[in-house]
Amino acid sequence: MTVSPLSAWTDRLAALPVNASERPFLSQLTVRASDPAAIAAMGAALGVVFPSVPCTFTTGTGSFGEVQVLWLGPDEFLVVAAPDLQIPIEEALRGALGSARGSVVDTSAQRTTVVLEGPHVRDVLAHGCSVDLHPSAAPTGTCVQTLLARTGIILLVTGADRVTLLVRSSFAEYLAAWLSDACVEYRTQ
Amino acid sequence: MQLIPCPWCGPREEAEFHYGGQAHVAYPQDPSALSDEEWAQYVFFRENPSGPFAERWSHSAGCRRWFNAVRDTRTHDLLAVYRTDEPMPEVIS
Ligand SMILES: [Zn+2]
Repeated sequence: MTVSPLSAWTDRLAALPVNASERPFLSQLTVRASDPAAIAAMGAALGVVFPSVPCTFTTGTGSFGEVQVLWLGPDEFLVVAAPDLQIPIEEALRGALGSARGSVVDTSAQRTTVVLEGPHVRDVLAHGCSVDLHPSAAPTGTCVQTLLARTGIILLVTGADRVTLLVRSSFAEYLAAWLSDACVEYRTQ
Repeated sequence: MQLIPCPWCGPREEAEFHYGGQAHVAYPQDPSALSDEEWAQYVFFRENPSGPFAERWSHSAGCRRWFNAVRDTRTHDLLAVYRTDEPMPEVIS
């Protein structure tokens, strides 16, 4: 049986005022490429336009269902999709990359994903994150790599009161414990 | 906490960055021709100015890209950031 990094935390995370829940085992592929034609071709293969603006992500739907592409650097992206699609997506991306210089690497096991939802999400995260998360500075579509309570994370703003965190699997329980602590003052009962 | 302006990600907390020493130290054209003293100069000896200093920084907890910055060593003010393949910009300190 496969056990997700936060399987022991499901109930405790759900009880938090930020309604945290793990989305384990998502397909994740790290893409390095700088050729605009190759980047466009890879996007077309997945039904999504790769982000061109730093610190943003894009979403699209194609033959692999809903796919997110996260900007990680000027020639680096993370493709995120539903579980168990990493092998066909890797093949599709490699085919689209063709002979252009670049790489496609399956990094699905590297991180797990936590979704936070509710009116206090930005307040709770501000306790441990130095990036300005006010909606005017971090609107929906923002994707930042930063430190949350000294843990490296990728933070996606997916809605007005909705944030997705990608965290390295070995740091996930630490992050869950920190979240529980940071939420204490927002508890209603 | 000091904010450092990453050329890609914008201003971020200093703790996200890694320091890389003096910028624009060129690799020797013909390494095998260097004397021991010249090697020592290349490997170990660096400027130590009081004032603007061009340095390498890496946004290690963010986009993980190297870039150059001009920092005033007296005030710790970052006067400019630029790409590693660009010359040091003129700065007013
Ligand atoms: Zn950066």
